[in-house]
Amino acid sequence: MQKLEHEQAITVSNVTMQYPSSTALALNDVSLEIQPGEFMSFLGPSGSGKTTLLSLIAGFVNPSSGTVSIGGNQIDGLKPHRRDLGVVFQNYLLFPHMSVFDNVAYPLRQRKMDKSQIREKVTRALALVRLDPYADRLPKELSGGQQQRVAFARAIVFDPRALLMDEPLGALDKNLRSEMQRELARIHRELGMTFVFVTHDQEEALVLSDRIAVFNDGRIEQIGTPEDLYYRPSSLFVGRFLGDSNVFSGKIDVETSTFISPAGSAYLTREELEKTDANVMIVRPEAISIAPKTDTNTDGFEAAVREIVFTGSNVTVYMEFGDGTPGIAKLTMSEASKLAVGQAVTVSWDQLRQHLIHDDGLTS
Amino acid sequence: MTVKHNSVSLRARRQPNLPIWLRAWNVVVMALLILPVLIVIPMSFSDARNFSFPPKGFSLRWYENFFTSAKWTDSLFTSLQVGILTAVLATVLGTLAAVSIARMSPKFSGFLSGLYMAPMIVPGVIFAVAIYAVFLRWQLVGSLFGFVAAHTMLALPFVITSVSSSLSGYNPGLTTAASSLGAGPVRAFLTVTLPLILPGVVSGFVLAFVTSFDESVVSLFLQTPNLETLPVNMYNAIATEIDPTVSAAATLVILVTTILVVLVQVVPGRNKRK
Repeated sequence: MQKLEHEQAITVSNVTMQYPSSTALALNDVSLEIQPGEFMSFLGPSGSGKTTLLSLIAGFVNPSSGTVSIGGNQIDGLKPHRRDLGVVFQNYLLFPHMSVFDNVAYPLRQRKMDKSQIREKVTRALALVRLDPYADRLPKELSGGQQQRVAFARAIVFDPRALLMDEPLGALDKNLRSEMQRELARIHRELGMTFVFVTHDQEEALVLSDRIAVFNDGRIEQIGTPEDLYYRPSSLFVGRFLGDSNVFSGKIDVETSTFISPAGSAYLTREELEKTDANVMIVRPEAISIAPKTDTNTDGFEAAVREIVFTGSNVTVYMEFGDGTPGIAKLTMSEASKLAVGQAVTVSWDQLRQHLIHDDGLTS
Repeated sequence: MTVKHNSVSLRARRQPNLPIWLRAWNVVVMALLILPVLIVIPMSFSDARNFSFPPKGFSLRWYENFFTSAKWTDSLFTSLQVGILTAVLATVLGTLAAVSIARMSPKFSGFLSGLYMAPMIVPGVIFAVAIYAVFLRWQLVGSLFGFVAAHTMLALPFVITSVSSSLSGYNPGLTTAASSLGAGPVRAFLTVTLPLILPGVVSGFVLAFVTSFDESVVSLFLQTPNLETLPVNMYNAIATEIDPTVSAAATLVILVTTILVVLVQVVPGRNKRK
């Protein structure tokens, strides 16, 4: 499959969705634009609206208000079979009465292609997902991972305008999952097709995506690159959802150029001082350094080590700060070797790796 | 569908040591069901001019009589015609009804599937009188369409039940998947839904045919001398004269229905084994 040239941006404008069976809004005034060729993930807890938005783009449900357009053309009201979008479903939904070949040929037959062209395209799609020897098998004769690949081949074989995936790796075990993640990344590179990927797995989203939209309670909390979201979350929800973090609530003290929290005070950069409404500081566990407490370094954050957990590639240290705030640090083996449970320590980090946000839920 | 193939759990569920009295009881029930058939079939080969059992002598004269008398062959042909038309009509209507029931919210589908069972529950005579009253006015009594329409009503519950049970194993997500791949609703139904529920549709078709082929009560009301079905003709042959050709006709009816019902048992089985 050659790189596609006819790709178009998907634009979602002010979409609100209310299912008849529920009073809550599944989506509340959501807008976003997905660029051609982009790998975009919708990330969020279950019930946050990410799958609803995917279904809206695919045309399986219609929005209560708002519009969806592709390449500038509004597609609201267009039936799914006229949208020309590939969809990979969570449970694959392969046609059980058709061979792998016929499953993948299905969208081409709907488009009335001639036989030789179908054979050529199906063969290429199966080669792309490395299933060429299985063309004559029935879906139930394949493993879960193989079925997943067939579903994938079937969804891209007709060169759709974009590929929509609803937690496609959710049913696979951990090893297969990371293998399929690499496959997905490779295929995205090779095809250059727009991928929209729904997941509740933050690690998966961080690994795969060009950009991630974080969903919470029917709204998009933040859209950005994985680095943006991880190091510069716009809200406490995003910060907490994407990996572990140390969360200090407090306020900025301009006179001393510090952020004062019950757990300790941290110096701020000049830009940070301008975020006057900030009331939370987030520090990722990788940024943390821990030193045994001595009498000379009295300022900074003091904590007690509560637990030391060996996780293979590194060591996770759980702490408790003086005011009871929980803390977490990821250290190398050699850094952690000096520490013991119960020990009093001084915690510090590079100023550039702290992040200030404003959170409405906190009133301190 | 794939879940059903777990042969290990099936084997575990089977009881190898069935008590002897349960086996014996089975034989009694089977005898009760089959005995009338075992009497009628030998009678049809009898040489005697009356219904005598055990049969005296052996001859094929009643079969000869059946196939050479225009009255009998006409009614056989009428029955086959009505049966096939009924089966086609009931299968199309019943399948569509079952598909729509499956898509409805449980509230409506429960009510509707109950309603669709009515022809099975309403006593045949009441149904027949009602049909007769209406068909008289509509001048459908004695017409081929009248027979087909009435039999279709009676056959619908069988089609709906059998297609519904096939549909309960059908994942409606497959239709969604087909639509995402470019198939409109009709194409999706024909290429995905229908092949997967085909065993239920086929057995519905056969049951509808058999229902019509066996039906006598409604047909008695709808008959005219020009148009009567085989069971009606059989009834008349006994009611007005003692014609042992009836036993030959009965044997043929048993043969046709048995073959069809056995076929229905075999067809879905073959599908599952794949």
